Amino acid sequence: MDILTKARKRLSRFLRVFFKKKRSRIGIYGPPNAGKTTLANRIVRDWTGDALGPVSEIPHETRRARRKEDVTITNGDGDSIVIDIVDTPGVTTKIDYHEFTEYGIEKEEAVKRAREATEGVAEAMHWLREDIDGVIYMLDATLDPFAQVNIMMVGIIESRNLPVVIVANKIDLPDASPARIKSAFPQHPVISISGLEGKNVDELYDKMIEFFG
Amino acid sequence: MIQGVQLDLISEERLARLTSMEKIRLILDEVMAGNIVVLEKGLSPEESSRLIEMTMMEISPDGFAGIEMETYPARSQGGGLLARLFGNKESPSRLTVIGPANQLKMLRKERDLISAWVSSR
Ligand SMILES: Nc1nc2c(ncn2[C@@H]2O[C@H](COP(=O)(O)OP(=O)(O)O)[C@@H](O)[C@H]2O)c(=O)[nH]1
Ligand SMILES: [Mg+2]
Repeated sequence: MDILTKARKRLSRFLRVFFKKKRSRIGIYGPPNAGKTTLANRIVRDWTGDALGPVSEIPHETRRARRKEDVTITNGDGDSIVIDIVDTPGVTTKIDYHEFTEYGIEKEEAVKRAREATEGVAEAMHWLREDIDGVIYMLDATLDPFAQVNIMMVGIIESRNLPVVIVANKIDLPDASPARIKSAFPQHPVISISGLEGKNVDELYDKMIEFFG
Repeated sequence: MIQGVQLDLISEERLARLTSMEKIRLILDEVMAGNIVVLEKGLSPEESSRLIEMTMMEISPDGFAGIEMETYPARSQGGGLLARLFGNKESPSRLTVIGPANQLKMLRKERDLISAWVSSR
């Protein structure tokens, strides 16, 4: 990048800070267990040093949307964005408390978790309609991307004209197929990562700066 | 009595006469009664968003466990830019089947074929 462009970027960043331009609020959506919290934690840790929430193999570990303010992401060229990251509960059309008892959780606690999970999903839908400026839509690349909830959610996001980056996660697993995700959503950028191992997240950061800036 | 499942096929004309809220209420009432609903034309993104939200509010332990729903992906719309400018409000969705999550199971889903299994309660 030439000196002039660099200077201009610096100036615009200075002006943005100076005039407190409204930050973009970026929601991480996707089905339960796609790896949303793992990624949210990584983003927050990479750029602020903190963490956001607990990760679990048990679905619906995140039952409230969690937000981290003022996360600045920068790339090698000195471009940057300042965003709020919102980790959301996974969206689904069904919740049965037996999903939790299968993991050895007592009935009473399972029923409570199921209730919180239903509230969390409703809350996530509400955030999407009211408070979100851009979306990272996460998919477990080992699973079928054509699942109804994905088609429906991407349709809802598109109808709101929100910028969306689709993430094909868990590419560290042998049966991951990012190609299947690309063919399911040819209209959007798809970035393949392993949120767990950190593989390829730099490409995601570049895309976020390009799309959410 | 013979065991069975009620199947309601709702025409596009009938759906067009209903408001969004009436449509969602009709679907939820049917599905909560254990019926399978087939819509000739699917819900708009806004309507499906509200349907998910209302479904969540109706779920109860050992009672209603939510919905299973399948539809075909929207046919890619012509004039992408215009559609974007004026908002994709017009419902692009297609034939849709909705049922109780504990009775309707999707067996196979492709771009041009949906195969489902229905069990009686
Ligand atoms: N192999 C693999 N596992 C992952 C990856 N990202 C998340 N997981 C695991 O998937 C499970 C669900 O992760 P979590 O972040 O809680 O998913 P969420 O429900 O979408 O928030 C956990 O067991 C994670 O350790 C990944 O990139 N690769
Ligand atoms: Mg989570």
